[in-house]
Amino acid sequence: MVNQLLEKLYEPVRLKNSTNFKNLLAAGKLSNSMNKLIISPSPHVHSGDSVWKNMRDVLIALVPAYLAGLYFFGLGALIISFTAMLSCVVFEYLIQRYLIKGSTSITDGSALLTGLLLSFNLPSNLPVWIVIIGSLIAIGVAKMSFGGLGNNPFNPALVGRVFLLISFPAQMTSWPKPIPFNPAYLDAVTAATPLAILKGQFSEIPSTLNLFLGNMGGSMGEVSALALLIGFVYLLIRKTISWHIPISILLTVFIFTGILHLVNPELFSVSPLFHLLTGGLMLGAIFMATDYVTSPMNPRGMLIFGFGIGIITVVIRVFGSYPEGVSFAILIMNAFTPLINTLVKPKRFGEAKKA
Amino acid sequence: MKTFKMGGIHPKEYKFSAGIQIQTASIPQQAIIPLGHYLGGPSLPVVQKGDKVKVGQMIGQASGFVSANVHASVSGVVNRIDVHLDASGYKVPSVFIDVHGDEWLETIDKSAEIKRECTLSSAEIIKRISDYGIVGLGGATFPTHVKLLPPPGKKATILIVNGVECEPYLTCDHQLMIEKGEEILVGVTILMKAIDVKRAIVGIENNKKDAISLMQKLAKTFVGIEILPLQVQYPQGGEKQLIDAAIGRQVPTGTLPIEVGAVVQNVATLFAVYEAVQKNKPLFERIVTITGKSLKNHGNFLARLGTPLANIVEQAGGVPEDTGKIVAGGPMMGRALSSLEVTVAKGTSGVLLIPALEAARKNMQNCIRCTKCVVACPMGLEPFLLMSQSERSMWTEMENERVMDCIECGCCSFACPSNRPLLDHIRYGKSIVGKIIRTRQAKK
Repeated sequence: MVNQLLEKLYEPVRLKNSTNFKNLLAAGKLSNSMNKLIISPSPHVHSGDSVWKNMRDVLIALVPAYLAGLYFFGLGALIISFTAMLSCVVFEYLIQRYLIKGSTSITDGSALLTGLLLSFNLPSNLPVWIVIIGSLIAIGVAKMSFGGLGNNPFNPALVGRVFLLISFPAQMTSWPKPIPFNPAYLDAVTAATPLAILKGQFSEIPSTLNLFLGNMGGSMGEVSALALLIGFVYLLIRKTISWHIPISILLTVFIFTGILHLVNPELFSVSPLFHLLTGGLMLGAIFMATDYVTSPMNPRGMLIFGFGIGIITVVIRVFGSYPEGVSFAILIMNAFTPLINTLVKPKRFGEAKKA
Repeated sequence: MKTFKMGGIHPKEYKFSAGIQIQTASIPQQAIIPLGHYLGGPSLPVVQKGDKVKVGQMIGQASGFVSANVHASVSGVVNRIDVHLDASGYKVPSVFIDVHGDEWLETIDKSAEIKRECTLSSAEIIKRISDYGIVGLGGATFPTHVKLLPPPGKKATILIVNGVECEPYLTCDHQLMIEKGEEILVGVTILMKAIDVKRAIVGIENNKKDAISLMQKLAKTFVGIEILPLQVQYPQGGEKQLIDAAIGRQVPTGTLPIEVGAVVQNVATLFAVYEAVQKNKPLFERIVTITGKSLKNHGNFLARLGTPLANIVEQAGGVPEDTGKIVAGGPMMGRALSSLEVTVAKGTSGVLLIPALEAARKNMQNCIRCTKCVVACPMGLEPFLLMSQSERSMWTEMENERVMDCIECGCCSFACPSNRPLLDHIRYGKSIVGKIIRTRQAKK
């Protein structure tokens, strides 16, 4: 009923019968083409912001990390990123066009972003067909089956990644060794990730500087903390995301692992800094957890969300059998997002102070 | 620099008509003065067809406490009392006066001399304001005398003057401060006397530096008036936002500003108070900004109430060919007009002519839950949630989510990247929830 009412409001009102209009027309003040005025409720101006502009900003923020990935993993990074982006966009188009039979929204950039983020979470020596399956799961199952952009409860790129991790554990956990501009793809020399080394794989842990720059084994886009932080600063300046989720995740991980390290330095031998710089934590905290659709809608909720992700990540990393837990942590907290939105409300203006 | 702390947006200013001297709009051949254009009860006509009226003569009487008198803005003969379209889009009872000459009531002091001394007592001042039909000229047109008479047990401690003009395009208050700054400050002292406070703050946004420095210079010659420059941010001119910015206190939800001891009045209202008290002049004219991107002669016009907007727009160069929307008021809270036959009312702060290319809204997309509406909301509400509740007729839930706190500033719709008509749905829900609340209170 409201929609009918609003449609009426939008309907341009013809002024032809208005005497004043006739006077103005006679005086040559109006052209014949201008016989309609738009009547709509306020506001009559718009910021000009759009979904595409937001997606574009995130894509721009991902450029440094993308360049770092291309530098360390070479050809393989190029192949899987293009495969993921292309297949995500194509799947979204096909599903919207032929399954839903509606208008397509691939121009808003969200499928492109999902593709790029998915490839960031994959080892760069992954065969193309596995990447395509991951894209299909991400777009088809995690996004479109819930009604497209804005309706998906879980982060599509992470659903794709976790699906692949469970289905193809061998391929998904053999990471290529970082070699600048590596021309090898499927036959790239592999290296263990620092977190896997912790879990018992025999190798030497890289220096903290190398961890910060990204010179270590890992998924294509997650290795360089420096590049990801540059992207974070860009997003903050553009006000695309707020600081609440990334900072609360990183702080929680730092404090929690710091406490463990202080309580028992022998059992929990690595420093909290090591946890911040390794695995997918930076990528997850800055780009995956802050996904608009699947994160809470107000600052208080965001802090709780980030705290939850931090705790679950550390629990999986330190006590679980998987070396890495960021993806699982984010997906678990995605499930809590509606609950957080219901229970945690933003600070209201003139909120009555508790007596 | 101070500002309000919650939400807010920064729309582009487009203050084309800033610094353009106030011109007098020509008197129309027929003035059509609406009788029910302010918040509260309509006024009842006290003239009949064929009556001769002079400028300043009362033609409509307030129908209750929250209502205001209406005065003739022109001299001439009452043609008829009939309904006429006003800015709300409804036809309201109006007095049609055929203009003959320009004969003012003898009691009105037409001299330009500034009278600082006010000999009237507090009660006399408030009676004068009530008799002379003064309402809030910022746009809400709430009868001024009601604000000056706080409910029993409440006492005002500060007068806050709104010289913010946070709406883009509009410059009527800005220009008034530049040209009539001293009169406004005399008006401030009169109201300070009326509500018995020792302190007043005039809030002016920092994009009006000339007005700030001028008012600061003038304020030195008055006691207890402070000029406060404010950081530019919309909707700073909202009553509750301005109080927050000026004295750092938030009006509790569901209460009036008097709860924190504040009375807020617009600068244009204060000028009207000055004229009523010192010059014996009822409210029958106001400053109207005529502006728009394609308009030739932007301007600030002193127009008599009841002047058809078409006449003033004509004086500003006529309706540009590319016009797609005509708005009475500013672009954030103004009302789209279906016709320029609408006449100047007490709340008409401006006419904005929007080019057709910018007038149409863009297509709505899915909510991407980006929280930009929550961040923008100056009342700390969740517009995305209220909109979906309104679409689903969840009135109880909307009330619990404090939809009645909404000030309809439009920040949510402005900020939405998906072009969702958030405020349209919230406004609709608010009207229904308001009705439900009133029925419930009536039953008690």
